[in-house]
Amino acid sequence: MTSIESTDVLVVGSGFGGAIAAYHLAAGGAKVVVLERGPWLQAEDFDHDYLLGKSYTKVFDFVAGDGMSVLSGNCVGGGSVVYFAALPRAPRFTFERQGSIGRRMWPKAISRDTLDPWYDRVSQVIPVVQQGWDDISYAGGLWAAACNHAGRTANPVPVGIDKAKCTNCNWMMAGCKFDAKRSLLFNYLPGAVANGAEIRPLHEVQQLERTDDGGYRVRYNQIDEEDYRITVGSGTIDAKIVIMAAGAGATPVILQRSEATLGKMPHAVGRYFSGNGERLNTAIINEDRAREVLGLDRGNGLAYAANQIGKGPVVANWDHLDGSLPEYRRFSLEQLYFPPGLGTILAQAQGADGPTWLGVEKKEMLRRWQSWLTIFQIVEDDNEGVFGPPPPTGNAYRISQQMLGRGPLSYDPTPNTLGAWAAADAEVRDILERDGIATVLPWTNDLVGAYTVHPLASCRIGDDPETSALDDRHELRGHPGIFVTDGSAVPAALTVNPALTISALAERAMPGIVEAARARGINVSYGAPLPTAAVTKPLMRPVTATQGA
Amino acid sequence: MHSGTSDEHVKTITLEAFADCIVPGEKRSPDDRAIAGVSTGGGAVQAGALEMLHHDATGITAGLEALVGMLNGHATTYAADKGITLDGDVPPFVALEFDDRCAIIRTLTTPGHPEKDGWVLLSLFCNMAFDSAAHMSTHDAIAQGHPGLLTIGFELPQDDGLWRFADFSYGRQLAKPHPDTTPSGSPA
Ligand SMILES: Cc1cc2nc3c(=O)[nH]c(=O)nc-3n(C[C@H](O)[C@H](O)[C@H](O)COP(=O)(O)OP(=O)(O)OC[C@H]3O[C@@H](n4cnc5c(N)ncnc54)[C@H](O)[C@@H]3O)c2cc1C
Ligand code: SF4
Repeated sequence: MTSIESTDVLVVGSGFGGAIAAYHLAAGGAKVVVLERGPWLQAEDFDHDYLLGKSYTKVFDFVAGDGMSVLSGNCVGGGSVVYFAALPRAPRFTFERQGSIGRRMWPKAISRDTLDPWYDRVSQVIPVVQQGWDDISYAGGLWAAACNHAGRTANPVPVGIDKAKCTNCNWMMAGCKFDAKRSLLFNYLPGAVANGAEIRPLHEVQQLERTDDGGYRVRYNQIDEEDYRITVGSGTIDAKIVIMAAGAGATPVILQRSEATLGKMPHAVGRYFSGNGERLNTAIINEDRAREVLGLDRGNGLAYAANQIGKGPVVANWDHLDGSLPEYRRFSLEQLYFPPGLGTILAQAQGADGPTWLGVEKKEMLRRWQSWLTIFQIVEDDNEGVFGPPPPTGNAYRISQQMLGRGPLSYDPTPNTLGAWAAADAEVRDILERDGIATVLPWTNDLVGAYTVHPLASCRIGDDPETSALDDRHELRGHPGIFVTDGSAVPAALTVNPALTISALAERAMPGIVEAARARGINVSYGAPLPTAAVTKPLMRPVTATQGA
Repeated sequence: MHSGTSDEHVKTITLEAFADCIVPGEKRSPDDRAIAGVSTGGGAVQAGALEMLHHDATGITAGLEALVGMLNGHATTYAADKGITLDGDVPPFVALEFDDRCAIIRTLTTPGHPEKDGWVLLSLFCNMAFDSAAHMSTHDAIAQGHPGLLTIGFELPQDDGLWRFADFSYGRQLAKPHPDTTPSGSPA
């Protein structure tokens, strides 16, 4: 018999939820192993190149479901490596939401006031900075000017970007070549590693089992570093506690698969999924009107034509983040850049018989790509996503060598969600079609269903065991010692970008998780100072290692 | 059989005709049957859709033959329904007019269609060949004047192959922030 590897804490996934847990537990003295299904990349590996197999497809995961496609990170650092780093706090009213269950969805213990101190901590670590108007890209400026023209307000959003280093290259989704985006590779993860945590890339967790001593055995496959469809090995690690942080598109799938070995899962595992109410609209800007009506001028003869320039979303309209409005009528509208590769096929042109994503009119629309302005709606959806039976491995049947798979999530938007999208569509049109500034159409939901880069709530916290999988300490009901700290724990759509809220919740959960770890015999304490941001250099993978070792 | 009707040729021109619907282009020669020629400049075919579909990394290559057979089957049914007589020199899908080809693709990609997944994938990769030339290095694509990147007006990188935009901002306040913004810049 080979000896079985063991650790105090096994963390599944190295995104926000995983990195924060790994840091605090390692800094408190526990032996921590992080298993991450994706590769370990850093600045030199991030490519400005759309070729399949470059970083754009290596670090990115796109899982098509039935009515919903989920986009997320697939690398050490998780979503923080591919994301746009817009980091607002969720407005006060979101915590009071009832959704369709007829009572508050969030645990009693959590409100904006009780979460603010945890938001403060994360904001200090990343760090989150405010943008001045000098930092705002043309696209953000255009959106602000259009909002202003329509009598609306517009805010530069707080970001996790080192503004001095940012080149406005808009290659955010391929990983930042210039170390300007302050991903988790700059803060929590180096902090965890400095305290002895071990990160193992290309290790995909498949299933959990219980061990005789009340701990857990975690089964994983090792994934080929080029072709993720290929498994090159497998193994197990025993742990006293397990932190599930594979993201809201993966955590419930691993838990569902583990039902065979762990026993019954709470009802809410793999239910109540929210896409954070996401939907995109593409506006084609009339350059002349942008000049005449909005007074915009780049100083080089162009009014706008700057779709490609910038750093993701920088300006948002928050006029509908108003707690006095009814639920499903509160949303934010954020300007965004979605790169070619995935960012044009769903955009619709006005065709002879209505909106069309293909054909002659679409080609004409593509000719004007530099005059596109994409607006990202974040509405309140109805937690209507449900995960079907898990695929044999991971969270999807992999189709492509990297990036693309087919998963078990189904999402059939309710009238509440459809109404919210319609209200947000109308608001975008009212702002942008005013005085001929632009023509606007939503992306089609026909091809891949709705889509989200903000998967949430598929294994959520709450006070009610019927509608929440986790108690308010993030412990999986009926399975003591398993905690979930990623986006799946967030109860519902937030009306703003979620990463800061996911992180604040993970920070908030840590004292309780440390206490539970101690109760399970782990020699760990809570209260280590927060990691200091590595200002110039991110976490580097060990010199002897390839991207996968 | 001469090359004009070989399986490989059928497969190629059927897929080209499909790609030409996703992003249409101009005919490569007057007798080009695959490309309908409804648009000027290069479309998905000229952009390399076929190379893209034959790229192993997509995971779709092994299924192409089956998709071609199904597509021509759908075209035959469609033509029969509409009373369209198909020219036997080319595969049924290619024999159809551009609008009819697009109508078939719309039906096949409608939510609930049992074959939808396959057609969406095919569409996705055809579009990707055009909008991002993902079957080749972006730098080679730019150097060769890739029709998709040219059409969308993709900006050129700097000499070291990286994109940087020194001029990126209007540099002035263009709207009033929301009155309930907190000192940290978030919604209240
Ligand atoms: C393009 C894009 C832009 C975005 N922009 C923003 C933004 O501007 N602001 C914002 O707030 N949010 C943004 N997001 C969303 C944000 O990235 C996510 O909300 C956040 O990363 C979720 O954190 P998490 O801890 O839940 O999971 P993730 O960060 O997704 O981390 C999960 C990790 O687990 C790994 N994993 C999955 N399955 C397994 C397994 N079986 N075994 C081992 N490891 C596994 C994954 O590879 C991943 O690294 C964006 C997302 C995308 C895709
Ligand atoms: S836009 Fe800025 S932060 Fe984003 S990838 Fe480019 S340099 Fe990095």
